[in-house]
Amino acid sequence: MTATTSTRTSVASPREATAAILANVVLVVIALCFLLPLAWLILASLDVKATYQTQIPDQLSLANFAAVFNPELTFRPLWNSLLLSGGAAVVTVLASVLAAYPLSRYAMRFNKPFMYGVLFGTCLPITAIMVPVYSLFVRLNLLDSIPATIFFLAATSLPMAIWMTKNFMDSVPVSLEEAAWVDGASAMNALRRIVVPLMRPGLSVVFIFVFIQAWGNFFVPFVLLLSPSKQPAAVSIYSFFGQYGAIAYGQLAAFSVLYSVPVILLYVLVSRGMGGSFTMSGAIKG
Amino acid sequence: MLPLAPAVMLLAIFLLGPVIWSFYGSFTDAALSGSSAQDPQWVGLDNYLTLFKDPVFPLSLWLTFVFVVASAIIGQNVLGLGIALLMNRASTVVSAVVGTAVVAAWVLPEIVAAFVAYAYFSKDGTLNQVLAAAGMTGPNWLYSFPMLSIILANAWRGTAFSMMVYRAALNDVPVEVTEAAMIDGADGIKRLTWITIPMIKNSIATNLMLITLQTLSVFTLIWVMTAGGPGNESTTLPIMAFQEAFKFGDIGYGTAIATVMLLIGAAFSLVYIRALRPEKV
Repeated sequence: MTATTSTRTSVASPREATAAILANVVLVVIALCFLLPLAWLILASLDVKATYQTQIPDQLSLANFAAVFNPELTFRPLWNSLLLSGGAAVVTVLASVLAAYPLSRYAMRFNKPFMYGVLFGTCLPITAIMVPVYSLFVRLNLLDSIPATIFFLAATSLPMAIWMTKNFMDSVPVSLEEAAWVDGASAMNALRRIVVPLMRPGLSVVFIFVFIQAWGNFFVPFVLLLSPSKQPAAVSIYSFFGQYGAIAYGQLAAFSVLYSVPVILLYVLVSRGMGGSFTMSGAIKG
Repeated sequence: MLPLAPAVMLLAIFLLGPVIWSFYGSFTDAALSGSSAQDPQWVGLDNYLTLFKDPVFPLSLWLTFVFVVASAIIGQNVLGLGIALLMNRASTVVSAVVGTAVVAAWVLPEIVAAFVAYAYFSKDGTLNQVLAAAGMTGPNWLYSFPMLSIILANAWRGTAFSMMVYRAALNDVPVEVTEAAMIDGADGIKRLTWITIPMIKNSIATNLMLITLQTLSVFTLIWVMTAGGPGNESTTLPIMAFQEAFKFGDIGYGTAIATVMLLIGAAFSLVYIRALRPEKV
């Protein structure tokens, strides 16, 4: 590391240069600490004789992947995951676009209380109170129903989604719709043909955000879906661990990798496409 | 008005419904099976009276508090801010690598992150291998130090969120202000305490609130790593509610614990909304 290292500060005194080197070193150590636990996952998935120890496999093999690559263990749970998270994301985006439109475009008396209520709902630890949710589902006869679980997942992400969607919609200029209204388009037509196409990047952020959350959720399907044929990968992987976890570490790791890849790809898509800070600003800005 | 209907209906049935049901259910003797499962009876404050006499409850409350303070407020928040600050000084390549490493733990599905943390802290796991390489014999972390293990695991998993919030916030701090302070002779620590932190205090408040509430409801990580044990040594409130309801079959009692969690969450939310006072709603 020489003095040519570009730092953000223009006045590069020797002290600043030392500080920059120190910052680099500390960050590299932090990165190693964060990656170390993940090394096991990758190495074990490629090792037929994997244990809980992190070790370089004697020979790299895809046998673990081949072993879990069957409908019973992998495809059906992954399909159920897709159904649950895709369904929840579609329902959430539709409901939040429809709700955000009047909230963003018309100054109504209940806008403020409604948005406060939504903000309040964002904070409630709903996914921590699965016990009353379970007994409510028993009472409504909705237990072990995939559609009901989709609606529950959608409802829990809806407050955050409405909040984000409204912020994105506020930045679409209203003058374009006014032109459409003058031409005789109804409000719903203007929303469908003008506003939604303009906020496509924002909506895909909301969609992917909800999808990733639902895909990774374990507790909700664990409590609400009982029959193994309906359970998503998160739950089936947990039962697999309970049954064979003590012997088939390699297969457990391989299954975990297969199950994680889709959300990692989606995350890369979002962060490449629009930048992490953009995603955050939609969610956080008051 | 009409476009609001689907959202309002979803929220009413699946968000408000469980909240109301939680209050109602905590006054009944609903059970997982048997006659009280078919026809729960109203038992008044019985569940709460049992709860306040239960020695596990104060322990569980305390463990939840320790878990939130140590892993979220100290771990994720301070580490996230630290990484974001260091990134401003480090080279772009190093920043990108660290960013990816930290985010990787966060993007993984929670059950996978929980398995990875379990393997890492298990008796002959990676952590003890590292310690052995340094000539030390590590303990059985999950058994001897269950709280420390879940606190570290949750910090590992969640720091990415704080890091991203603070990266975005620090980008909005104008360079001129910090440079002016530098010319006036303020050193790094002074600039941080008097300029940077006051300028991002809204982001700090928002971040603290969100990670506190997220950490309050962590279930999967603890369930897979220690299942609340050994004994009750790592039984936080979500674990306690789950155990009472599904292991001991007392839905009414589990619901009372869930109601306590709801009230804690609601209290935090109110403080948060007041502090933030969104002007542009």
